Amino acid sequence: MGVRLHIWGERACFTRPEMKVERVSYDVITPSAARGILEAIHWKPAIRWHVDRIHVLKPIRFQSFRRNEVGAKASASLASGAMKRKDTSGLGIAVDEDRQQRAAMLLVDVAYVIEAHFEMTEKAGPGDTAAKHISMFNRRAASGQCFHRPCLGTREFPAEFALVAEGDPLPSPDASFTERERDLGWMLHDIDFANGSASRFFHARMEDGVIEVPAWNSADLVS
Amino acid sequence: MSDSPAVTHRHEFVLFFDVQDGNPNGDPDAGNLPRIDPETNLGLVSDVALKRKIRNYVALKAEVGDILAQGHEIYMSEGATLNNQHKRAWEAVMPPVDKSEEYKKLPKDQQKSRELTRWMCANFWDIRTFGAVMTTGVNAGQVRGPVQIAFSRSLERILPLEISITRMAATTEADAEAKGGRTMGRKHIVPYGAYRVHGFVSAPLASHDTKGTGFSEADLDLLWDALCNMFEHDRSAARGQMASRKLIVFRHASALGNAQAQALFDRVKVDRVYQGIAHEIGSDAYHNSTDNWPAARSWSDYAVRIERDGLPDGIEILEPC
Repeated sequence: MGVRLHIWGERACFTRPEMKVERVSYDVITPSAARGILEAIHWKPAIRWHVDRIHVLKPIRFQSFRRNEVGAKASASLASGAMKRKDTSGLGIAVDEDRQQRAAMLLVDVAYVIEAHFEMTEKAGPGDTAAKHISMFNRRAASGQCFHRPCLGTREFPAEFALVAEGDPLPSPDASFTERERDLGWMLHDIDFANGSASRFFHARMEDGVIEVPAWNSADLVS
Repeated sequence: MSDSPAVTHRHEFVLFFDVQDGNPNGDPDAGNLPRIDPETNLGLVSDVALKRKIRNYVALKAEVGDILAQGHEIYMSEGATLNNQHKRAWEAVMPPVDKSEEYKKLPKDQQKSRELTRWMCANFWDIRTFGAVMTTGVNAGQVRGPVQIAFSRSLERILPLEISITRMAATTEADAEAKGGRTMGRKHIVPYGAYRVHGFVSAPLASHDTKGTGFSEADLDLLWDALCNMFEHDRSAARGQMASRKLIVFRHASALGNAQAQALFDRVKVDRVYQGIAHEIGSDAYHNSTDNWPAARSWSDYAVRIERDGLPDGIEILEPC
């Protein structure tokens, strides 16, 4: 049983793993980020969301934004020295002495429709029926309820959402969104938490504004 | 920690603040010019800039004794050392370990790990509120806080100005000789800008059994207080005059919420006012008739309206300031 969720927001950053220091967003939302949005609305250990299709509704546009962020990790050798002395002074990092200015290439003015379904997992109890979870999700999404506010990649970019109920037409793409065919290259599909948090990638292609997402166990995915 | 119960109501808030002859948030990419959206010329203020001010305000309150220091420590404080705090948490709940490497892994014992996180949340107001990644070196886990703040945007286009200033002294002797003891500098200001920002309080991240940080009703009141007063204690040469002008809070009756966030935000409308005529910003009338109006230079050039008719059931509007 599938659901369709319309999501949008002013900015988004779906960070490319290869460019995560000075963050550069993917061109579109990743299946992984889309799953996170669905889970923000309704999730239980009994179910697992799978994103089937992503509809892109607005032109892909970027903007740069630089912020002061906190820098390095603590040094293990400093920590062990401090422990031997039994004195923590001088250990660790002063926030304003360890600044990193990092730029981010953000997406601006995004809107998508996520088409997804869920599977029951082995953690499902006797009371967990697909019908129950789908109606819980639909009820919450339709009335704007969420477990926590979903975001578009990072938490400073909150996502607005609305359910596209069964039988309702999909929201139409923006008139200015003319470049609807694009090879998006290799893109993160999701992180396989069961297997040592391995990243799995797929070759994303947008055809007429729609990206078909292969199944999580598809042979098209590479680690 | 106070005895105040964890927050079990979802909230959304809209804050309006303004700046006069100051720089609300410099852009490190543009030589510290005020941040601006290059496509629209609307001013921007980053989420982290406001969170910094909220933290500073709470730290100040604790310092002067307005609130108990216990439970209101600020983790990401300016000049503080992050990992000292992890270590303190570790020592409070963990048995002593010999190798520092052991700190790096999440404790295998879930119970202990949770205790560690809980201890950090109980002591540090900003971790309870905004969350923290405590995986630096000494590992104390990762926390998502219930409070989320978006970017602020100005209501209308801003005009960043560059003001040249003179200093009647020089830093180095070479400068003193070459420039006759005088040096020039630059200040970047916005003559006037009113900004709007949206924020979210996700109740389950405060009150959930395992995911909740324990962010309480008293903490929430402190958050509203901080949002209303944070600029009062953030005076500096760069900022000019900044002030919180209006805070509107939508309180949901339930933890998951009783209405769509965007429907609530849409109820807060701003009019541009001139000589008694008001047009809603963004409306056709605004676009068609404000061309010859003078630029906004004070908060009285705007009027905030809240549409209260037909408010969804279970939504209460609060106006802390």
